[in-house]
Amino acid sequence: MAQVLVQRLHKQFPDGTVAVEELDLEIGDGELFVMLGPSGCGKTTTLRCIAGLEEETSGQIVIGDEVVSGLKPSQRDIAMVFQFYALYPHLSVRDNMAFPLRAAKMPENEVTERVNEAARMLQLEQYLTRKPSKLSGGEQQRVALGRAMVRHPKAFLMDEPLTNLDAELRADMRAELKHVQQRLNSTMVYVTHDQVEAMALGDRIAIMNKGNLEQLGAPMEVYNRPATLFAARFIGSPPMNLVEAEVSNGHLTAAGGLQIAAPEGLKRGDKVIAGVRPERFTVSAEGEGARGRVVSREALGDETIYVVETEAGLLNVRMPPTARFAEEQIVSVRHVGAPPPAYDPQSEQVISK
Amino acid sequence: MAAHIQPAGVADKGIVGETAAPPPVRRRRKLGSGIEIAVLTILAIVMLFPVLWMLETALKDTKDIYAVPAKVITGWTPTLEHVKNVFSSNSPVFSGFKNSVIVATASTIIATVLGVPAAWAYSRFAIKAKKDQLFFILSTRFMPPVVVVIPVFLMFRDLRLLDTLQGLILVYAAFNLPFTIWMMKGFIDEVPAEYEEAAMLDGYSRFEAFWRFTMPLLIPGIAATAVFALIFSWNEFVFSIFLITDPDTRTAPSAIAGLIGGTTINWGLVAASAMIFAIPVLIFAFLVRRHLVAGVTLGAVRR
Repeated sequence: MAQVLVQRLHKQFPDGTVAVEELDLEIGDGELFVMLGPSGCGKTTTLRCIAGLEEETSGQIVIGDEVVSGLKPSQRDIAMVFQFYALYPHLSVRDNMAFPLRAAKMPENEVTERVNEAARMLQLEQYLTRKPSKLSGGEQQRVALGRAMVRHPKAFLMDEPLTNLDAELRADMRAELKHVQQRLNSTMVYVTHDQVEAMALGDRIAIMNKGNLEQLGAPMEVYNRPATLFAARFIGSPPMNLVEAEVSNGHLTAAGGLQIAAPEGLKRGDKVIAGVRPERFTVSAEGEGARGRVVSREALGDETIYVVETEAGLLNVRMPPTARFAEEQIVSVRHVGAPPPAYDPQSEQVISK
Repeated sequence: MAAHIQPAGVADKGIVGETAAPPPVRRRRKLGSGIEIAVLTILAIVMLFPVLWMLETALKDTKDIYAVPAKVITGWTPTLEHVKNVFSSNSPVFSGFKNSVIVATASTIIATVLGVPAAWAYSRFAIKAKKDQLFFILSTRFMPPVVVVIPVFLMFRDLRLLDTLQGLILVYAAFNLPFTIWMMKGFIDEVPAEYEEAAMLDGYSRFEAFWRFTMPLLIPGIAATAVFALIFSWNEFVFSIFLITDPDTRTAPSAIAGLIGGTTINWGLVAASAMIFAIPVLIFAFLVRRHLVAGVTLGAVRR
């Protein structure tokens, strides 16, 4: 296993599209590093540059101690798992998993040993003689993972590997993947557009947008204090409430009398956008706070999401299931808990401390 | 972005479409009313009459062909005399068939050997102005080929390619190439690039990855494409008649046409030659009939 460094990476395609503006990443040895962003943000291109499937326009990639720019994919000693599993349809599971080793001309007894080891770890032993077409999506994905594992590569590159699975299986595979990664203590670069997956898996998350890095940090850090409005909108479901407010008397005051605890680092009179997570608001029938009308409620069992129309805009509020408010009911919304991050409306960057 | 990422919303629509309403069950059509049968019968007779008449003429004795009133179904004995004459070494059409086989095969091979790698490149690589290039390639097929027959004739005269099979092979390969590139690009697009990429990560070069993993999956597509090219080259008449006047290098279509125009016309030989000429096309068209229909409905249904 090894660290992966992306240094001043810039990628422009021949048709003029710039996929990555300029990117610096330092991915530690044994780290599960998630690149998160919407389609077209450059995350997959970055991964393909690391793999050597795309050639960087400028900048360089370092894997371990070696600058790999210019090397062929096969010379980089990395393994990649694709969204579409890319199992060879004419080969059995065993042969699929053995394929990269045989391609590297490894002695057959060692091949068998490594394939068996990976199969045991991924619980694929009973499927070894089957063809990929006879396997379910989850099993195929495990085989693809196994094919990557047998090589003992310096790093794993995962390109949305769970996107094609259904929701339940995806959660299972997510846990399994994390388990395998920890057991092998492998360096893994994981690309996804699913923020839940990113939060669940990542040691660190890099949020990308339009070829730029928006934020880099541990999942909870990114969740609690998104560095930009883009990151604020992208992480969390329902998304963060972005409320226009003005700093006054130790509070952030928004339209309709909504008062939010003020974070440090702001001056009185500053106009900011406060990023309040839905669980930081609370709804009550009476009492202080901004008055508003419940426009929708989603009872999810363990929690209920209310959308309340106030003068400060539509607010998402996450409440325990014990709270019972009807649609169209007039309620009060107020902020509770720690001060939220505040953003500059122009630069869209976080400005609170 | 990589091409395999599905645009947002596409999958959802598909699922909604599937669950909201089951696809309409196609009713098994019965050949119901008498009128329907009558109309279809008349149509079938009109369409098939020339073919059947040609077949009959090919098998009739010369004196039966000229008989008045015509002996339509009965009153004549079949003979393979004309068919034998087609294959006799001094027949003017026999060398035509030989030449046609050479020209059609060679031009198809050239178009396929050049077209498949080109299609692969257009399918897999980010190429500058790719769409414009592909449009340009297709646009060479927009005009009827006969438009360029005189320029080609003049060029061939200067290059001394008139009356040669090589010249004809070049022209046919050139006409088949755009078609081959477009059709093969469609087939290659359907083979996920990840196969090749996975193989490249496993230690193969880009070309090996293509050759070992994508190529086997393309064989049916290549066969279908080649058959289309073969049929085009086999049937081509205009260039053949303009560029070749030497009876030794004439291809079958112009050789058969050349049978007509003397003082007497050996209709039996004409009919037999035409029948034999049509057989390969019929067989090949039958082989690729699925793709013929697919070509017509291409793009109509999003899979």
